Amino acid sequence: MPSMLQDTGFDARIGVYVCHCGLNIAGVVDVEAVRESARFLEGVVVVRDNRYTCSEVGQKGIADDIKEFMLNRVVIASCSPRLHEKTFRTLLEKSGLNPHLLEMANIREHCSWVHYDNHEAATEKAKGLVHSSVARARLLQPLSRTKGRVVPEVMVVGGGVAGISASLYLGGMGIKTYLVEREPSIGGHMAMLDKTFPTLDCSLCILSPKMVEVAECENIKVLSYSEIEKVEGQVGDFRVQVRRKPRYVNEEKCVGCGDCVAKCPVKVKDDFNRNMGTRKAIYIPFPQAIPPAYVIDDQNCRYLTQGKCKICQAVCERGAIEYDQTSYVETIEVGAIIVATGFQPYDPRGLPQYGYGRFPNVITSLDFERLICADGPTYGKLKRPGDSQVPKRVAFIQCVGSRSVASGCRGYGLDAETGSSVGATDPKAYCSRVCCMITAKQAFMVKEKYPDAEVYVYYIDMRTAGKGFEEFYQRGRHEGIVFLRGKPGEIEERDDGCLRIISEDLDSGCILDLCFDMVVLAQGLTPPDGLVEFAQKMNLSRSEDGFLMEGHPKLRPAETAIDGIYLAGCVQFPKDIPDSVAQAGAAAAAAAVTCSKESIEIDPLGPVIDEALCIGCKLCEMLCPYGAIKVELTDKGPKAKSIEVACKGCGVCGASCSTRAITMKHYTDSQLTAQAKAILEVV
Amino acid sequence: MLDREPKIVAFLCNWCSYAGADLAGTGRIQYPPNVRVIRVPCSGRVDPLMILKCLQRGADGVLVSGCHPGDCHYIAGNYLARRKFVLLDKLLDFFGIEKGRVHFSWVSAAEGEKFADVVKQVTETVRALGKPTKLVR
Ligand SMILES: Cc1cc2nc3c(=O)[nH]c(=O)nc-3n(C[C@H](O)[C@H](O)[C@H](O)COP(=O)(O)OP(=O)(O)OC[C@H]3O[C@@H](n4cnc5c(N)ncnc54)[C@H](O)[C@@H]3O)c2cc1C
Ligand code: SF4
Ligand code: SF4
Ligand code: FES
Repeated sequence: MPSMLQDTGFDARIGVYVCHCGLNIAGVVDVEAVRESARFLEGVVVVRDNRYTCSEVGQKGIADDIKEFMLNRVVIASCSPRLHEKTFRTLLEKSGLNPHLLEMANIREHCSWVHYDNHEAATEKAKGLVHSSVARARLLQPLSRTKGRVVPEVMVVGGGVAGISASLYLGGMGIKTYLVEREPSIGGHMAMLDKTFPTLDCSLCILSPKMVEVAECENIKVLSYSEIEKVEGQVGDFRVQVRRKPRYVNEEKCVGCGDCVAKCPVKVKDDFNRNMGTRKAIYIPFPQAIPPAYVIDDQNCRYLTQGKCKICQAVCERGAIEYDQTSYVETIEVGAIIVATGFQPYDPRGLPQYGYGRFPNVITSLDFERLICADGPTYGKLKRPGDSQVPKRVAFIQCVGSRSVASGCRGYGLDAETGSSVGATDPKAYCSRVCCMITAKQAFMVKEKYPDAEVYVYYIDMRTAGKGFEEFYQRGRHEGIVFLRGKPGEIEERDDGCLRIISEDLDSGCILDLCFDMVVLAQGLTPPDGLVEFAQKMNLSRSEDGFLMEGHPKLRPAETAIDGIYLAGCVQFPKDIPDSVAQAGAAAAAAAVTCSKESIEIDPLGPVIDEALCIGCKLCEMLCPYGAIKVELTDKGPKAKSIEVACKGCGVCGASCSTRAITMKHYTDSQLTAQAKAILEVV
Repeated sequence: MLDREPKIVAFLCNWCSYAGADLAGTGRIQYPPNVRVIRVPCSGRVDPLMILKCLQRGADGVLVSGCHPGDCHYIAGNYLARRKFVLLDKLLDFFGIEKGRVHFSWVSAAEGEKFADVVKQVTETVRALGKPTKLVR
């Protein structure tokens, strides 16, 4: 039995497999030379090269060798272990070897792909990496994986259309789901839209039934007005602390009659209507809100800020008003988490040349949605904010805050040098993907409502890739919408309130000097507010654009680098509603797979403490970020003890113990130094 | 100036910098072939002694790279690493080892280009420093 030979008590019998990866590696690295350079290394029994090691043929070859040559260690020189370590560990396991007896040399991402202009040096480097892996492999030890429990429940964070869809899929599978939304109602941005491209369905008419379904599904619990405070644990067994903010209205008792609103004396700007209308201090964000309960805005409520009023309590017949509610933290255990916290529209005040915030009749596309919506502040009449007149000439400007290479800002949330946050107003380099269609839709809606209006669109490229999108855009052109190629440099406000745009039409080469009654800025989509801190709490990486990074750009678009945490909707990257819903389905399926497992195998990467060497100094205890190592009094004096369930395997303790009493499993000092030594010998 | 190719050992944390190096690969960003990567769970796993051992065994330079401040997968491993390396810097100075042989940096999983830049910078610095004379066996 090969497993008998796994202990280093037996001599290492290593198989080395160098992968061509088609031409990805072999096109740069001399694979045969690398293979031969490993042949006579200590412990190596067999060396081979494969066209595709991960293919079935490649894997079978290794399985056969393990039997035939009684291999007890396997070195694979191929792509990044972040891609295929799981694949090959499973192969070892199936062949009767402990999965931790695998070592991979990354000769693709770290070698052939980054040195394609220097074949010779790449080959030498690949040899070095393989020697280093063989040196490490000799010292690898079998590790027994512990089994972790699986809580068959899921948390979905963010209640936009992506989070709603994911929750409904999960609820429909009978999986208990917590939907956490930071606003008083679920719905997200889709609830603010009037119509949706390319079919022009009324947005809430298609969203609201789904929201009701969420409220009625017995497997879904909505935690509105709540935010994530802390996440602990690992796949299958997360403990999430959720901060519940006080609504000051008892959700169960409130029937949404609205008697309180009529009497509340405080009027404030209505943020749901993009500050264009007003609401009371006690309010419901929109009539179809879920949960259908009112909420008191504690920044503006007269009683909560000044201690006098209580009118709403007096009028509420159901006794639903509870001024003494306070925020509290609820701990929820789940096996998987789906992050669907959406996006935040770009704030065009970052581009002062367009005058947003200074010129009342320059608005954004989201403002437009509220203005044209029958439920909006103007009851669907497109009254421009400056003087409530219906504009006769409307311009749209594309790519506001998107595709802005000139600004030099790549949109990454943290400045690489200073570590400080890059603001939401910095223009981004990426294309926000949906704004061309949003404008095509909105321009069409202006024409539909006011056929005599003149509508102009300033664009760089019209990007209409999507089912029915190009057809919709062409329809707009036929309706007489004028599309001008070229991005205006600035907007000027004339004394009569008209907005003047001088620009070059790149198609005709003419300089155009036009005046408009209203200008709509097609704002880009940026990462949601607070994503930097949120990502840190969840331990998630962000891409250069600032959105959350997926597990693999092609093959794991709805997953993350952290097992058990999945992505849906715009938080991964800007996308439209159908794509958000599709990704929500993928994330729900992935979460359901996790929840369907009876247990989850956890990599046992923790410290092993040599009691003879430990002097009980407590340094490790002080440094461990998880309280996972504690010094206890034993009959031999104070000695460090590892608390396996809490340990994450970072290795901080191992790197700090002054008496070298700690050995880190799978990353032992001797393994790492052997790697370094081998590297330095070869080059 | 070194008359041969410099040898540089890089310890990269699994969650950020190793992934950043992978991204440099996916993006086909070219950088000098002098760095050999050793994967560690966290920059906090890197014991200063390992760095000294690398120098002793003939490394011309050592690079340790982890997640940005606040982004460490294990909460604070990179802060602890940074504190240790501040001390290590002093020790190296005491030994008379030139600044720039040991380099510490933050590279996130999204920063393929930054990883390539760091490697370029370290390689050039080390090349300019010439043959190491201290500590080498
Ligand atoms: C002006 C405009 C018009 C558009 N028109 C169309 C259209 O016609 N057709 C179309 O297909 N698409 C359109 N879109 C795009 C569409 O809005 C998005 O595809 C969709 O809203 C994405 O849904 P989501 O759930 O990913 O994000 P969101 O709708 O942004 O929802 C995210 C939710 O998460 C919540 N949240 C955020 N952070 C946290 C946190 N930390 N904790 C808890 N909850 C949090 C938010 O409050 C929000 O409820 C338009 C977009 C804009 C800006
Ligand atoms: S640091 Fe080392 S010696 Fe000190 S308590 Fe921990 S294991 Fe024991
Ligand atoms: S490996 Fe990290 S988490 Fe585990 S005991 Fe050591 S310091 Fe704590
Ligand atoms: S995991 Fe990257 S520095 Fe700790």
